[in-house]
Amino acid sequence: MSRKTIAPIDMATVHQLEEDCYKVRKKLLTLVYNIGLGHLGGELSMVEMAGALHYRYLNFNVLDPHNPERDRFILSKGHCSETLYSIFSELGAYSLEYMVENFECLDKSKFGMHTNRKYCPQIEVSAGSLGHGLPIAVGMALAGRKQKADWSVTVMTGDGELEEGSNWEALMSAGHYELGNLRLIVDRNMLQMTGPTATVMNIDPLDKKLEAFGWDVRVIKDGNDMLQVCQALDALPTPDSQTRRKPIAIINCTEKGHDVDFMAGNVKWHGGGIAKAQYEEAMESLEKNWKERQSKWQ
Amino acid sequence: MAVNTTFDFDQMLSNAREAYGEELLRMADDGLDFVFTYSDNVAPSSSAGKLIAKYPERCFNFGIAEPGQVGAAAGLALAGEVVYSQVMGPFLSLRSADQIHTDIAYNDVNVRLIGTHAGVTAGGGPTHNCIADLALYRAIPNLTVVVPADAAQCCQAIRTCLTVDVPMVLRIDGAVDPAVYADNDYEFEFGKAIEVLEGTDVTIISAGSPVYWSMMGAKKLKEEYGISARVIDMHTIKPLDTEMILKCARETGNIVTVEEHSINGGLGSAVAECLMANGFSGKCKRIGMPDEFAVLGETDAIYAYYGMDPAGIAKTTAEMLKK
Repeated sequence: MSRKTIAPIDMATVHQLEEDCYKVRKKLLTLVYNIGLGHLGGELSMVEMAGALHYRYLNFNVLDPHNPERDRFILSKGHCSETLYSIFSELGAYSLEYMVENFECLDKSKFGMHTNRKYCPQIEVSAGSLGHGLPIAVGMALAGRKQKADWSVTVMTGDGELEEGSNWEALMSAGHYELGNLRLIVDRNMLQMTGPTATVMNIDPLDKKLEAFGWDVRVIKDGNDMLQVCQALDALPTPDSQTRRKPIAIINCTEKGHDVDFMAGNVKWHGGGIAKAQYEEAMESLEKNWKERQSKWQ
Repeated sequence: MAVNTTFDFDQMLSNAREAYGEELLRMADDGLDFVFTYSDNVAPSSSAGKLIAKYPERCFNFGIAEPGQVGAAAGLALAGEVVYSQVMGPFLSLRSADQIHTDIAYNDVNVRLIGTHAGVTAGGGPTHNCIADLALYRAIPNLTVVVPADAAQCCQAIRTCLTVDVPMVLRIDGAVDPAVYADNDYEFEFGKAIEVLEGTDVTIISAGSPVYWSMMGAKKLKEEYGISARVIDMHTIKPLDTEMILKCARETGNIVTVEEHSINGGLGSAVAECLMANGFSGKCKRIGMPDEFAVLGETDAIYAYYGMDPAGIAKTTAEMLKK
């Protein structure tokens, strides 16, 4: 694999990615319904960005996860693992049955609530404790510079997660080292476990803070709109491990629980399982929203 | 059979804090590929400082931000690099505990953390004392913990750890102490303790600079109390050489431990746990920092105050055997 060249987005591709994300959400809900554990709010908010990256923008082959030339993707909000598992499944690595059977089953586990790279080879970094992904990403990007690598490093954090101080140490060092092969995506869904980020611990003005730490900051106004996600990713400079420039930060404004109406924007759906009646209602909601979206395509 | 040691000879000064940098510089000059991350406490005039100046493309300063540094060290290793990462000991253990646990040990990466200024060797009082780190490290799975006894052994550990693919912490004190070993003509293997002094009445188990103090304590025990003390260099705290501990318990009947660490949770605790689990019925005493924020003073004075110097070790051991 060498550096992937990506043509500018066309609407047919956007629609295909939207359909991919619809399938990912269905699989995610079904997986969480079956295993009884999840963090659906944040897992649903990140689908478009995680989907666009894994289906189109990253140099990533789900069946060749340890290829040395792959782009590195770190999910720092490791509790949202099931979105990744669902993507890996939709891309052909695992069946739903396999994931359910091998989820947190003691010494046979292949999947856990929090990401683990030893169990699941498509996972780049074992995570769970918040504020760890970004410092690790800085180290990976420095290794890329030393190795004159073509691969890039993308790390996705939550927004509440940015309250952890270790992130700000890493934001400082990434700005200091001017890592041109590093991209940060903040899944800015505005909610954390017990309430709005603005009232639990305000992180705004996030754009100005990131800029002050030496980052090139982009904002996606609606990170659950695939066209906006693709346009933002298309507009990024090609990752370059050798050229010193500001690392890229994307504030991806999303909605927690997106596309399941009774979960959308509802802090109660941060974590937990989902009952049968709720699962059925959620799947209906997904389908309704999907049909509405399709109806706007013409 | 004890190895060849220096303690009967004129003191050969040994500075492990300087030695790790010397060895890394030699390794880089030898063409070995590794990266070095460090905090804002490496003097340009030190050997590590020279390494940084000579090989800037593989050395990364993280300023005063230990969790960020340890996390980045894990990232470098995840991307295929072998990483040595220097942090001042008290801040490595207490500040970066989650990163050592999760980024280094749980992610199972080739990072060798170098925690300098062990014990009270940094000076400056309890904020700069590194006396709780072994307790933390021992409780983290998949972490090898090494405490070199002198500068030459530190060099051996620094180079030898390239041959093992495990997350590791090397704990180095900052004091200039006499060398324990007369030469490098002995087998150094992680997890294998070394008998540095023969003896039959009691065994003193130690690691780091306290190994030398224990040898001097043993000398006093013989000369002043007529007690024959064996001394063991337990340079690897984890995995612990339990075979050696049990052999010494069997052969000498009594055990004393000496460490630059709280007596709670460190080497002494590890040895005591091993003895208790194996039905030990002899006498046992842990010498180290008591459960209090340490008094202020010069390093040697503090250690003497807490009975960790040769006189204190001899006195505590003799009193234990008398009871």
